[in-house]
Amino acid sequence: MSVEAREARQPWILLSPALTAVALLLFVPLLFIMIYSFWLRTATGADQVGFFLDNWQEALTDAFYRDILLNTLKIAAITTVVCAVMGYPAAYFIARSKGNKGILLLLLMLPFWISYIIRTMSWINILGVSGAFNSALMALGIVSEPIQMLYNETTVILGLVHFLLPFMVLNVFVSLDGIDTNLEDAANSLGATRWQAFMQVTLPLSLPGLAAGGLLCFVLGAGTYITPLVLGGPTDAMFANLVFEAIITQLNWPLGSALSLMLLVVLGALVLIYNRYLGMAQLMKGLG
Amino acid sequence: MGWQIVRAWTVLVYLFMFLPVAVVVLLSFNASQFGSFPMTGFSFRWFVELAQNEAILRAFRTSVVLGLLTALISTTLGVLASLALVRYRVAGANLISTLLIAPILVPEVVLAVALLLFLNFLQINKSFTLLLLGHVIFTLPFVILVVQARLVSIKRDVEEAAMSLGASPQQTFFQVTLPLMLPAVLAGALFAFTISFDDITGTLFWKPGGVETVPTQIFAMLRNSISPEINALGTVMIVMTVGLPLLGLAIARKLSTKGGN
Repeated sequence: MSVEAREARQPWILLSPALTAVALLLFVPLLFIMIYSFWLRTATGADQVGFFLDNWQEALTDAFYRDILLNTLKIAAITTVVCAVMGYPAAYFIARSKGNKGILLLLLMLPFWISYIIRTMSWINILGVSGAFNSALMALGIVSEPIQMLYNETTVILGLVHFLLPFMVLNVFVSLDGIDTNLEDAANSLGATRWQAFMQVTLPLSLPGLAAGGLLCFVLGAGTYITPLVLGGPTDAMFANLVFEAIITQLNWPLGSALSLMLLVVLGALVLIYNRYLGMAQLMKGLG
Repeated sequence: MGWQIVRAWTVLVYLFMFLPVAVVVLLSFNASQFGSFPMTGFSFRWFVELAQNEAILRAFRTSVVLGLLTALISTTLGVLASLALVRYRVAGANLISTLLIAPILVPEVVLAVALLLFLNFLQINKSFTLLLLGHVIFTLPFVILVVQARLVSIKRDVEEAAMSLGASPQQTFFQVTLPLMLPAVLAGALFAFTISFDDITGTLFWKPGGVETVPTQIFAMLRNSISPEINALGTVMIVMTVGLPLLGLAIARKLSTKGGN
């Protein structure tokens, strides 16, 4: 074999273990559940192989699934907007601060290292019947009985915002940090107020970062089932909870496959639209 | 004036991110029976109870072993793939990159279901193996992103210099490239370990009955009510997943300043 041929083969040898893993552990399984979603789980618990539309009919026409899907998207959308409103000014402050940038960035990375389940359950210490908030209210004599503040849709959103805010701040920061501050100064020297310079120069230039952060918040938020289980009430199930129920509790795997694919299509469509208009590069910047 | 508002807002955002976690740590030292406010005194009793709780210790061992194996496999696969992508001109490099990070573009629940059902079809039931495979595929994209970002900064000139001085390709790799890559490799491994150690979304689908990792153990304990033991366990986890990377960072900084002198 010639040297060039060996040279050309080498990267493929290096890539093949990772590519094989992704193929066998992601793409083939995804294909498999596409097929599986047309099978039928019979009353005996065995799968009937074939081409049945029952699961898809149930998943797509049952109002129960539709309502929860819409509610899930609503919760994800509110979460994303709250993250953007809370996160943008903070990202702006970090990007423009002189002395404390390093420490602020390091602190921003910490939540990524703290377990999601701990950050979620930490709100029980704050809002629970014997949590910090109720203890304070009772100590101040404002209430005589603790108030139940947990286990509703608001606390689910609160938990999601707490989980996803660092993704938003980081992505907005990355794009703000790349903007030349001279541009704002130039706008100022041409007579724009600071606010005008921000609205007409900086904000538009930072939109890719805002979009990347928004996409991450929305997709991660809409795909969660742990937060509703920990901070939501019995009626606050999100779509991923239905998937978990179907797969783990009811053991109806073909139906669970169909529901998973529905979630994949809805959220995947968003990723594709994002990719079409903004490309993956911005997203990778924030992730790396 | 406007800047002051932005500053105050930022302080509030940071408080929002850290106060609840700080309360977990604070309450884990609470002497009171019920693990809630008011604090009645400072005590290590919950950590002592933690150390005597067989179920938690078992979960801890499972998580550590799982995290280490995940880090080992996922870093090996990720470093090889990153080398190929950074060092060679590969046809369709963009497509390959997208394929390799696909596991984090797919919602984790969907990845979990697909892997569980497919491997079950292949007669691989819920087991430690399934858990490990799941963690590997889920952490691989993060390793590739981290390692690739750092590999770019290693200059090829150094390797060419070694070769022109008579080193074989193998010698060059092990004596020049690998030492230069080491920080990237360690960063990737640490990242994989932390993600694996913290994961719950996929783990709840993949774990066999009776096997718990630390996050699923915490989740199971939450079903009853929040006990001071959970706060103590949370504190231990925070120390592990935050303390270890910070320590790593400090050591890396120390080593690099030493090398610079």
